[in-house]
Amino acid sequence: MIALGVLILILLSVIVAPFYAHDIAHTNPFTSNLNGTTVISGRTVPVLQPNTQGLGLGVTPIGPTWDFRHYFLGADNQGRDVFARLLYGGRNSLFIGTVSAIICCGVAAVLGMLAGYFGGVIDWVLSRIFDIVWAFPVYLLAISLSVVLLTSGLNLGPVHVGPGSLWLPIVIIAAVYVPYVARPVRGLTMSLREREFIQAAIGSGASDWRILTKEVLPNTLPSVIVFFPLMVAFNMLTESALSFLSIGVQPPAASWGTIINDGLGLLYTRPWVALAPGIMIVITAVSLNILGDGVRDAFDPKAKLRGAV
Amino acid sequence: MLGFIIRRLISAILVMFSISVLVFLIFFATPGVDPAARIAGRSASPAIIAQVRHAFGLDRPLPIRWALMMDHLFIKQDLSSYVNIGSRVVPQITQAAPVTLSLVAGAAVIWMVIGVTGGVIAAANRGKFIDPVIMFIGIAAVSVPAYWLGEVVNLITQGGLHHSIFAWVPPSGYVPITQSPGQWALHLIMPWLTLAALYAGIYARVLRAELVNALNEDYVRTARAKGLSERRILIRHALRCSLIPIVSLFGLDFGALIGGAALLTEVVFGLPGVGLLTYTSLQNLDLPVIMGAVMYGAFFVVLANAVVDIAYAFLDPRVRIA
Repeated sequence: MIALGVLILILLSVIVAPFYAHDIAHTNPFTSNLNGTTVISGRTVPVLQPNTQGLGLGVTPIGPTWDFRHYFLGADNQGRDVFARLLYGGRNSLFIGTVSAIICCGVAAVLGMLAGYFGGVIDWVLSRIFDIVWAFPVYLLAISLSVVLLTSGLNLGPVHVGPGSLWLPIVIIAAVYVPYVARPVRGLTMSLREREFIQAAIGSGASDWRILTKEVLPNTLPSVIVFFPLMVAFNMLTESALSFLSIGVQPPAASWGTIINDGLGLLYTRPWVALAPGIMIVITAVSLNILGDGVRDAFDPKAKLRGAV
Repeated sequence: MLGFIIRRLISAILVMFSISVLVFLIFFATPGVDPAARIAGRSASPAIIAQVRHAFGLDRPLPIRWALMMDHLFIKQDLSSYVNIGSRVVPQITQAAPVTLSLVAGAAVIWMVIGVTGGVIAAANRGKFIDPVIMFIGIAAVSVPAYWLGEVVNLITQGGLHHSIFAWVPPSGYVPITQSPGQWALHLIMPWLTLAALYAGIYARVLRAELVNALNEDYVRTARAKGLSERRILIRHALRCSLIPIVSLFGLDFGALIGGAALLTEVVFGLPGVGLLTYTSLQNLDLPVIMGAVMYGAFFVVLANAVVDIAYAFLDPRVRIA
């Protein structure tokens, strides 16, 4: 329950991101602000302050003010408000995680049910495809696809997705995790197919479509739903890793992963730029995992007694 | 048994073949992607692009280009980089592989020890206070992005505390074990711990679940009826059965890590392994190197899958028939 509360809190805070940036912090977190100033305890100071140590070259962004009205977590090396970017980044991270989990679970459920129900050639082809994608290290497959698609966008006939679009990481992440959900669904469908109620439906002349939607789907749906929170957590972590490698969400848009990447060069001078988004990722992923455990226990009360993972 | 091994190896070779085709298609035949334009640079004229296309053999039919690529990569082993003309791909990978192996092997020892200990302690104390604590630590370890954890470790050991309690931590980098085993371990200890955290969390959770299941089995009841101590039942009876899924999981994870899943840890700690090689070639879009590294990674994953299946069939004869 705490986990659900934390998730709702994070969701609400990222929803108010534009309101915060526009009306409280009065900042645009997507344009660089190299010559900006802000007021700290009555004095006007530049956002990017000249270095005083060493040779005195270059600038260091101001650190956290711990004041919600401006630069709560300081600025990044473009002089942008890190806290505002953190809220906007959370939008993208959660959006990509959730939407790719929906696509992934949906596609996997359909393919798994088709393979398990029809068997034969369809099963053989789909299972081999799952095998191949399964054998491919997830990050390497995602990285390969991202590298290729980010430079040129995706052109599939009439469908054109631009290189900077959020849909590229969404589709890529959804695709690489499909076998992880599809395989269990296929196994479940195969065992369902032998059960009396399906045999009875086949015997009474119901169409394949009707059996799949009315008999098989309601029985496979619970296990897909159990997978869902875990997939959101997985996908969010993968998105952050891709963005950290600068092949996920593209600038000037932000996600928690890109902000960690921004904070890399400032790690020893302004550690909060990299720390804050990581902490957000950890809190969100922990909540999703605990929620996943809870959902599983709700659908299968015996699992808790059995001590399933 | 022999028949099973042969069938399994043939299917591994088929999967390898499919992966090589898939990797090739991703990099050279994705709709709208033109490697020639990439090699020629951003503002190249169409004539230059055509010239580059011909010079790199990119105007030939796809199956021939695939065959040529595989020939250069595996048989002649003289595939060279598109960016640093003249630098060979295969020696770069064989140079980087020991670094990755050092990182993963050390981390594997740590995560097995921590994961198994944690899982056993949690299962032995199920329902008591310590059990949910260990399981929560497990969830937290699974939820931390590995690269971010690496950054935090760097910040702690190389930042303000570097001059006091973490003075013994060397700057990031790699020292070969042949040069100085002590320095090798010292340079790798933080990367090992960082990489091990995630897997220790997973293994502790899986093992606890397996142990709790095993403790409800009939053979455990028999052992209890014989009057064996609870500790002996847990370690000698339940743990032995519960370790089988752990061992197969270990094979898969180890293969995947050697194959490139350790990329982020290598990047964060500046270890010149296969992951860092992939990462640097990503940055300048050096297709042959990326492709070589990805193929190498997939090779290890497929190999690990095959070894795990064969080991499983050896332990559990029922699997051999399917």
